[in-house]
Amino acid sequence: MELVRISTAGSVDDGKSTLIGRLLYDNNALTVEQEELVAKKTKEKGWDDLDLSVITDGLMAEREQGITIDVANMYFSTKTRKFIITDSPGHVEYTRNMVTGASTAETSIILVDARKGLLEQSYRHFYISQLLRLENVIFCVNKMDLVDYSEDTFLEIGIQIKGMVEALDADIQYSIVPVSSLKGDNVVNSSNNTPWYSGPTLNDILHKEKVAVTERTPFRFDVQQVNHSQEKGFVDFRGLAGRVISGSVRVGDRIVALPSKKESVVTEVRRYTESLDSAKQGDSITISLADEIDVSRGVVFSSLDTIPNEDTSISCTVVWMDEKEGRAGAKYLLKTGSREFAVKIQAIHTKVDPTQANAKFDVDTIEINDLTNIDLKLSQPSYLDAYSENKSNGVFILIDPQSNNTVAVGFVNK
Amino acid sequence: MKNKHLLELENESIYILREVAAQFKKPVLLFSGGKDSIVMARLAQKAFYPSKIPFSFMHIDTGHNFPETIEFRDEIVKELGVDLIVRYVQDSVDQNKVQEESGKYASRNALQTVTLLDAIEEFGFDACLGGARRDEEKSRAKERIFSVRDDFGQWDYKRQRPEPFQILNGRINFGENVRVFPISNWTEEDIWTYILQDNLQLPSVYFAHNRKLVKREGAYIAYSDYLNIVESDEIEEKTVRFRTVGDMTCTAAFVSEADTVEKVLVENVESKHSERGARIDDKRSESALEERKKGGYF
Repeated sequence: MELVRISTAGSVDDGKSTLIGRLLYDNNALTVEQEELVAKKTKEKGWDDLDLSVITDGLMAEREQGITIDVANMYFSTKTRKFIITDSPGHVEYTRNMVTGASTAETSIILVDARKGLLEQSYRHFYISQLLRLENVIFCVNKMDLVDYSEDTFLEIGIQIKGMVEALDADIQYSIVPVSSLKGDNVVNSSNNTPWYSGPTLNDILHKEKVAVTERTPFRFDVQQVNHSQEKGFVDFRGLAGRVISGSVRVGDRIVALPSKKESVVTEVRRYTESLDSAKQGDSITISLADEIDVSRGVVFSSLDTIPNEDTSISCTVVWMDEKEGRAGAKYLLKTGSREFAVKIQAIHTKVDPTQANAKFDVDTIEINDLTNIDLKLSQPSYLDAYSENKSNGVFILIDPQSNNTVAVGFVNK
Repeated sequence: MKNKHLLELENESIYILREVAAQFKKPVLLFSGGKDSIVMARLAQKAFYPSKIPFSFMHIDTGHNFPETIEFRDEIVKELGVDLIVRYVQDSVDQNKVQEESGKYASRNALQTVTLLDAIEEFGFDACLGGARRDEEKSRAKERIFSVRDDFGQWDYKRQRPEPFQILNGRINFGENVRVFPISNWTEEDIWTYILQDNLQLPSVYFAHNRKLVKREGAYIAYSDYLNIVESDEIEEKTVRFRTVGDMTCTAAFVSEADTVEKVLVENVESKHSERGARIDDKRSESALEERKKGGYF
């Protein structure tokens, strides 16, 4: 079984909760309790169609306001896939949640109301999907039942989407599906109402084969802890516990420890009691080296051929997540994996308006939900890569050392 | 490992457990002897092997637990060589810090919160590892991996820190502590599949067995001295198992013949009932668990 992480986004009322509900319902993935809840709420509202939105509307405040206000996670599985859906709200003020929700996903579903076409929010969602370089973006043109399943309407929205993708010069895989979440058209089951559409349903696309990305990136490894054991059979064992951030490593590989630049050879790759030949991106392992070089938490291992960026200043795009604004000269802690060190905002360049392609504005401060290009001065090299070249070693968060809040997520530019 | 997605989940959980050991001064793993905490213990064992698990386990004992679970709890702790701290809701009752509920639905489940918060303060724990999963309940679905709680243990969803790319910020202010949920992304099915794959042992109450039961409004509850029996209750004996194991007073039994992990897995999927469907404490209102969480419940 394979794990697929999906991020959903959509404006208020474009039926995102209903779409997810429909996806679960038609995949026969609802529990008896959820089915009872749907039946109860449908009856209360006196609807002819099932109210499937109640499955995902979580917190009390949301139930009162009828909207989704925070990132929520849902789980369901089919015969071949286990899905984690991260549902992010669609309001302007919650861009930060959208970025957070999409950050662990490889697929994003963007809902478009067939009656309204692309809205400001659609541009925002798409911009974030391409900023995060998600592998698969699916536009669901929803509420097709309300436009009499009109092919013309669908094609018109298709042209709008193409224009948006081209304006951003986005190198991204995308598909467009005409759906009605309420009626169930093309979500899981192909619809008779759209005879002009012969493409896959949403569910078909979600089951299409995953692309492995790990092989293309160079080896990076974050040391989380030095495992110094005195247990029986392991006296004086010294392993470096951590996670492979990108690429892969084999026993016998020569690696370099940063920042010391001391080299050594991998003598063992261990997962619990098992000795492995190799490990790849995402694996939590314990590495042993041939030499006793100085290694502690925060040290990065890299392959010898492609060493990450050693500069003490980086250019990056940040998404601001805190009420307190960001200013030039302000100090923060940069955190990525197990690396954590002081940084300062050296310069604030331009703010990007994701709803207007390529529109950039000069700004002095960074406000919550802003997407801004800045330069950071670092107290030590970050050993990060450009996000466009290595997604998993190209991101970080900024922490305000006074409030301890996570104030921003950053993407390293080339 | 046969299951690719389980390996991915295991990698993620081990990463989180190691971050906790590195970022906090005094973490503790909340351990009840139930299936989720048994998986947690296993993951912790894997994360730090060959070293021992570098933190204590703690159980907030309501006094109304299944004796089988308590026995099992003690065995596992011994096997792992970790310290187990037990704090009792009974003590909080005796100290008049909490008041026992009355009536036929009386349960000590909600009272645990006070005992838990007192224990956190007593030992100065800055991180409490728990086996809660996001698929259990709607308000759990919004929980972060590192969930910051204030001095009163309260959960405020508006103050939750964003966790982009699972970069975990464990920095806290004085007096605050963090609840950590390393198996957030596991589902009930994942837990059982993992138990099968790793051949983990579970308390006998999880498998079909004969038991004296109280039938109340169509649900079967274990007969025990802790239950306030009322006239309308019927007493029966049946072959049952428990799907979640909380207090004896608020966990309902399933009539079942499933006596192995394989059979339980198949039966759970086929039944289509949710796991917490049998938790009487969640049924009090639509937002019962959310209300308890805001008050510092686990």
